[in-house]
Amino acid sequence: MSSPDRLVYMANQIGTFFRSQGHDKAVPGIADHIKKFWDPRMKRAIFAHLDAGGAGLEPNVLEALTSLKQP
Amino acid sequence: MSLIEEIDYGTPRSKSETMVTLTIDGKEVTVPEGTSIMRAAMDAGHQIPKLCATDMVDAFGSCRLCVVEIEGRTGTPASCTTPVMNGLVVHTQSERLKKLRKGVMELYISDHPLDCLTCGANGDCELQDMAGAVGLRDVRYGYEGENHVFAKSHGEINAAWMPKDESNPYFTYDPSKCIVCSRCVRACEEVQGTFALTISGRGFDSRVSPGMSESFLGSECVSCGACVQACPTATLTEKSVIEIGQPEHSVVTTCAYCGVGCTFKAEMRGEEVVRMVPYKDGKANRGHSCVKGRFAWGYTNHKERILNPMIRERIEDPWREVSWDEAFSFAAAKMRGIQKKYGRDAIGGITSSRCTNEETYLVQKLIRAGFGNNNVDTCARVCHSPTGYGLSQTFGTSAGTQDFDSVENTDVAMIIGANPASAHPVFASRLKKRLRQGAKLIVLDPRRTEMVDSPHVKALHLPLMPGTNVAVVTALAHVIVTEGLVNETFVRERCDWSEFEEWAAFVAQPKHSPEATAILTGVDPNDLREAARIYATGGNGAIYYGLGVTEHSQGSTTVIAIANLAMATGNIGRPGVGVNPLRGQNNVQGSCDMGSFPHELPGYRHISGDAVRDQFEALWNVKLNPEPGLRIPNMFDAAIEGTFMGIYVQGEDILQSDPNTKHVVAALSAMECVIVHDLFLNETANYAHVFLPGSSFLEKDGTFTNAERRIQRVRKVMSPKNGMADWEVTIALAKAMGLEMNYSHPSEIMDEIAALTPTFAGVSYAKLDELGSVQWPCNEKAPEGTPVMHIGGFVRGKGKFIVTEYVATDERTGPRFPLLLTTGRILSQYNVGAQTRRTENVVWHAEDRLEIHPHDAELRGVRGGDWVRLQSRAGETTLRAEITDRVSPGVVYTTFHHPDTQANVITTDYSDWATNCPEYKVTAVQISPSNGPSDWQKSYDEQARHSRRIAPAEAAE
Repeated sequence: MSSPDRLVYMANQIGTFFRSQGHDKAVPGIADHIKKFWDPRMKRAIFAHLDAGGAGLEPNVLEALTSLKQP
Repeated sequence: MSLIEEIDYGTPRSKSETMVTLTIDGKEVTVPEGTSIMRAAMDAGHQIPKLCATDMVDAFGSCRLCVVEIEGRTGTPASCTTPVMNGLVVHTQSERLKKLRKGVMELYISDHPLDCLTCGANGDCELQDMAGAVGLRDVRYGYEGENHVFAKSHGEINAAWMPKDESNPYFTYDPSKCIVCSRCVRACEEVQGTFALTISGRGFDSRVSPGMSESFLGSECVSCGACVQACPTATLTEKSVIEIGQPEHSVVTTCAYCGVGCTFKAEMRGEEVVRMVPYKDGKANRGHSCVKGRFAWGYTNHKERILNPMIRERIEDPWREVSWDEAFSFAAAKMRGIQKKYGRDAIGGITSSRCTNEETYLVQKLIRAGFGNNNVDTCARVCHSPTGYGLSQTFGTSAGTQDFDSVENTDVAMIIGANPASAHPVFASRLKKRLRQGAKLIVLDPRRTEMVDSPHVKALHLPLMPGTNVAVVTALAHVIVTEGLVNETFVRERCDWSEFEEWAAFVAQPKHSPEATAILTGVDPNDLREAARIYATGGNGAIYYGLGVTEHSQGSTTVIAIANLAMATGNIGRPGVGVNPLRGQNNVQGSCDMGSFPHELPGYRHISGDAVRDQFEALWNVKLNPEPGLRIPNMFDAAIEGTFMGIYVQGEDILQSDPNTKHVVAALSAMECVIVHDLFLNETANYAHVFLPGSSFLEKDGTFTNAERRIQRVRKVMSPKNGMADWEVTIALAKAMGLEMNYSHPSEIMDEIAALTPTFAGVSYAKLDELGSVQWPCNEKAPEGTPVMHIGGFVRGKGKFIVTEYVATDERTGPRFPLLLTTGRILSQYNVGAQTRRTENVVWHAEDRLEIHPHDAELRGVRGGDWVRLQSRAGETTLRAEITDRVSPGVVYTTFHHPDTQANVITTDYSDWATNCPEYKVTAVQISPSNGPSDWQKSYDEQARHSRRIAPAEAAE
């Protein structure tokens, strides 16, 4: 799982759903979804991937994760 | 305790609200207009003799035993077919009537065997009762004349005699005992809706005939048991009654199969079940049943059931039978050891949608309070988790909106991705009854299901390509919006208007039209437009959906699209309409209510909420972890990664039922402690270190919550064969891990649930005993429960429209895998088949078959019955082909009831974006002829046989 590929795929899937709601709704929507449903070790792994540049993450998702990472 | 006798009123209840008063035998009776005189008399406590009438079917007026006299009218009309009228004066007993009835009975008995003492129906025979009721003492005609009774008469072969038909595994048909009342024929038509039975011939030649004089097993009969229940004689009798004898007491309980949640009377002799009979007061089933609940309970004492706890160090070792205490301390030591080594979050558990609410609640409590993390999930993850997400986002609560009675007021039913005739048969019968009264049916399914094709039912079928639900449902919305069919008053009043406008603008885009999307969905745009118009304008529109909606990458999106559709047309908040998820297992709704998901506590409250956690922490006296835990697919991933090493699985076979079997095998093999708590050594147990034997639904007390949110009692009718009910096993395991739980009866667990969960506040065993059942939510606002939700307004306030963009799944067909595989169920089998495969139900379905269109079959040189190799990117298996045009070209279909087929070797890791519910319903595959089992099947079988060994007990000193 923490193979970042799988988490990146899952995060982008969430991003795809919210995309049609427009950037301003999508970013908080994605952040909230991941906050509510992901286990801490999954969050840690995706944040680590984010710190490493976040390769493969869609722009909205990248922004959402960045906002989520800040306490 | 005694046998529960239900009153047979003779004819169905009238729903009229106009009341009529008449006099029967000098008593004034007031009943609804449309009631028969027979029923009115029964209301007054006077039982008119009858044979061909019973209140499950309409009156027929053939036996002429129920004749009465009405003052001012000539003749002796049949009371079953004569409706009441104001001021009638009826006499049910007179010299003339006595004589007539005796004459009728004489004729019946002159052609009926007199073997009452050795007859299977002895003690439960209406013919015998009526002979007694009319005072029959003599049969003037003798027994020598033409008859259906004797194989030979006057030394000659009697052509009118027919031998017993014992082809059905559960009941016999003995034509020599038949009085041709046609109650069975009418039950098959009116109650079940299958029309498998008819009366062949005329006059003396009249016979009950399954199909065209076929055997019961060879006919269209679906073995629901309605005919057996309706039969007034021993003509149709349960084999178990013939073998054991008549029951002496009965207990009302709830079926443990599908989400319909039928109420049954378990009819018993001592601790032995004689038969299960559907209970007329059961509000989900109203006296009907299917082959599973009615007959397929033999698994409860199947020889393969494991009754002793077992442990082993390694899965390569044989099992060792041990005492309960040893098993618990072994398991506790392993789990605590893992936590010490890998951290507190390295273990978790799975609750079962087949177990009771109380048991489920205890398992999640054990995990949250005892394990100290939130790694709890349930099999609803892999079926209806998208329903939970989608409906709570749009309506504010994840539950289905209606009760099953609602279907009686439905004018248009739309079924999406569900096949109730196979998976929710009793609901299907109730729906078909309404359809025969004129309601319309729309079916969205890749396959021409039994619902599309059934007697007297003509559905508008939209055969979409698997994986295109969102496109099709959004196209329906497109038609509704662009053709001006929106119920604007409803939307303005009940929903957020600006969100609606945004949504309406989105769906109205030309790219969402049926014409534009037809190329990917495969649905005829004209049919789709027609369906949208019918649903929006045809009166009360109700949507029923199943796993064909949820088990997709866009499962949650489709649920949202369905909710949008219902809101836009105002089909929410009254009887006859609604959005109704058909739940697969008996307690899917309940297991979700009980806080089985990793992110929420009982009552759907997020674990991060401080106030909610405080409440639980105070009562449980522990500190709870505020972070969500792992979901089932995440658990597997974490196991392979090495951070999730121990699991307690109650009543679920994750190895067989979860997708991508190889991935699950890898995950289970990586774990250091797998505890399986089940009736049988299921597939998951092949990778287990501890086996805790489970108890069946007959052996414990508790409650199940069905698909219509109805909380119903499960009542213990026999002692647990393994010695402990499942809730007691969880308590003992918790204790071994240092968590004290003090309950002496499941009712005390329910009291705790009620105290902690606002939507359950009004639920108690006392109330359930009093009312029979209540529908969640049940609290001070709705003390008797909530049959229909969102009346007058949505739970969340304003209904929320959310745009639903279609995104194709990443599981694509291509040159190597050109066909799409989708999966489903069959009537006689249930899920992984652990129960039904251990009953006589295997006569209907002994193996999984691959349905393939003749065109695709011919291309590949596949003939009916041939072994074929079914291959996907995830794996391959073999099974036999069935050639049929029920599936479209390009689509193949199979069931997943048999572990030796292993349909889930084929399914992939793709899952719903919101909930990780696996995408079972779309897999790109290739089919080719094959000689037999694949290497995988052989090695799997070998491992399973090896793993199931139980070491012989050591001789006592």
